[in-house]
Amino acid sequence: MSDATLNSTSDLQRSQDSYMDLVRRKRMYSGIIVVVFVALMVSGFNLADARSAGGFWDGIGNIFQFPGEVVREAGQKIQNLPGLMLGAVPSLIETLNIALAATLIGALTGGVFALLSTRGLARWPRLIGLFRRMMDVLRAFPEIVIALVLIFVMGGGPVPAMIAIALHTTGALGKLFSEVAENADSKPIEGLQSVGASWIQRMVFGVMPQVAPNWSSYALLRFEINIRASAILGFVGEGGIGQDLRLAMQWGQGRYDEVVAIFIVLFLTIVVVDQTSSHFRDRLVKGR
Amino acid sequence: MTAIDAPVTGAVMSDVTRLLRRKRMIALGVPAALLVYFTYIFFSFDIPGLTQRLRLDNAAILVSDFVSHKTHVTRDNRSGDVSIAIEGETKGTYPDGMTPDWVTITGEVTEVTLPDGHSVTFTGKDQVSYVHPGYGVIDMALVGGRVQMALPDGPVPEWINASGTRVTISTEAGRMSMTRARTEVFHYSFGWELFLFTLDSPFYGKSFGELAGLAMSGDRVDPERSNFAHMVSDFWTNTMWRHGDVFWAIFETILMAFLGTMTAALVALPLAFLAAANFSPLMLVRQVTRRLFDFVRGVDGLIWTIILSRAFGPGPLTGALAIAITDAGSFGKMFSEALENVDDKQIEGVASTGAKPLQRYRFGVIPQVMPVLLSQVLYYLESNTRSATVIGAITGGGIGLLLTQAIQTQKDWEEVAYYIVLVVLMVIMMDWFSGWLRGRLIGRTERRH
Repeated sequence: MSDATLNSTSDLQRSQDSYMDLVRRKRMYSGIIVVVFVALMVSGFNLADARSAGGFWDGIGNIFQFPGEVVREAGQKIQNLPGLMLGAVPSLIETLNIALAATLIGALTGGVFALLSTRGLARWPRLIGLFRRMMDVLRAFPEIVIALVLIFVMGGGPVPAMIAIALHTTGALGKLFSEVAENADSKPIEGLQSVGASWIQRMVFGVMPQVAPNWSSYALLRFEINIRASAILGFVGEGGIGQDLRLAMQWGQGRYDEVVAIFIVLFLTIVVVDQTSSHFRDRLVKGR
Repeated sequence: MTAIDAPVTGAVMSDVTRLLRRKRMIALGVPAALLVYFTYIFFSFDIPGLTQRLRLDNAAILVSDFVSHKTHVTRDNRSGDVSIAIEGETKGTYPDGMTPDWVTITGEVTEVTLPDGHSVTFTGKDQVSYVHPGYGVIDMALVGGRVQMALPDGPVPEWINASGTRVTISTEAGRMSMTRARTEVFHYSFGWELFLFTLDSPFYGKSFGELAGLAMSGDRVDPERSNFAHMVSDFWTNTMWRHGDVFWAIFETILMAFLGTMTAALVALPLAFLAAANFSPLMLVRQVTRRLFDFVRGVDGLIWTIILSRAFGPGPLTGALAIAITDAGSFGKMFSEALENVDDKQIEGVASTGAKPLQRYRFGVIPQVMPVLLSQVLYYLESNTRSATVIGAITGGGIGLLLTQAIQTQKDWEEVAYYIVLVVLMVIMMDWFSGWLRGRLIGRTERRH
């Protein structure tokens, strides 16, 4: 009895020791991680500062200089703004069309890729790995690379940007779609199979109704991202409101009212699309 | 019985038919709407006109440049000097006395052997003959400043393009052109030339076996340093491919993504507390922070990049800050949503031990939201590597700058291919790395509970 009490106290002592030891070790690891992280951040910023043309401390003072200049000039010509904003609408529509067409094409092909690379649904189960790698590679290509190369071959216009965004979207949505499809209930699919439905029929009638809300929600989110991408591609490459913005910026002083008009139009579009799409996404995922 | 049931069944029936009709409308309406939209896009993007604008010759240049390189053999028709240069660039020019094995120079005669039995011979200052195995010998000479050509009998084939001042012969074996000033032969060969070492390096043209042997052996090519260090330095400073610069560019891009993402997360975390309904009792503070997040996200990375690049100039700093500002908005929104979903019990438990507010956050809240936050941060880290490439193209920094420069010159497509391969590898690596890190970090926090 006394033996047992003695044992249990030493047991308690031992487990307390090992617990404290564990806590100490955990604290030490967390401490090391924090120190390494801080060191990385500090040296990273120093390096970035050293490799940049203008230093951080020089730049931070000037940060409002350019926006100030632009806003001041636009303020003087404020009566031009509504007209200029209206004038930016056609190229805004082109930017939106690039994004929408690319999202639709990307969602359609991404859906096919997703079904082909989901375990349990794939038409050719052995090729699942191949389709997944294909999506990985499509995702890894930055849109700008494809767009600039295609501009060289296709000679400008909105089509290179559309193809570039659509390819990236295929990879990105394919992966997300496949994660959704993995959780689809297999009973409707088995039921369809038992009555002799083909693979396409099983997918269209068995899987699609189950995944449609989540897939649409992801596609909407992608549309938001693609509007931004489409504007950037216009700025670096060709087409849409991005190109107008670059041209106005290159002109510099004298056309800053146009720059502001494009900023405002772009900002409003992004906010409106974000809000609308998040409203619909909520409805789709949580059910009206 | 039927009398009682009839109205009920009727109501159900009409409900069902209405529902089915609606479903059928959607099932038919969605494809129809898509069809209409794509028809509109087809004409609005002028896809029929694309066939005329399509530059298939450019596509051919692109594809052949991606996998092969050309060497120019040029004779100055006035002095008779022959120079051989890879891609016609000064930094790829063969030094005197060094020739590729398909060129032989004996005195006044230079023989260029092209594939498939084609060959070109330069004689003296102004004579050239092209041997085409399927056609015959084409002799050209400069007479009084004009190019004269002697062809075999028969019609002039379409691969010869001749005017009084210029003759161009383009066959699948190569290309040759002669003008008053010079005669030039393009020899195409497979692969990326000078990728490892340029012509002035003692290691040029050695096989991998020979290189490995040299690296191991004690006989130094340059007595100052070991062969291995010499090789690394020659590779690193390769003037044709600029491996050192490219490495730094890739590093800058990753740096931009890392600094930007982490700064965004560090800035967004405290602000997210202000925007979360269960931590920030003041409606006004909540609304202001949330609108701030919306504003920052709405302005968009492109515009932030433009504004910041005016203040900070080209370089990784601009990119890092642009990513930081844009993502602070996204993180703030996501973090505050995560914070609104925390379990109060854990916080109350910590509070019951007499913890102060900061301690309550540290031990009651952070452990709960950390997995969600970390996985979002790491996901953004990967996607920001791609954004950093694009931002680099806008502000001028990192691999994005090299890439757009190489594309805009429209001739160094082999470099474009090299950069594309590197960018794709970089993104795939970051994807893998962030996935690995997520597994390690979140796996550990899960074990902790």
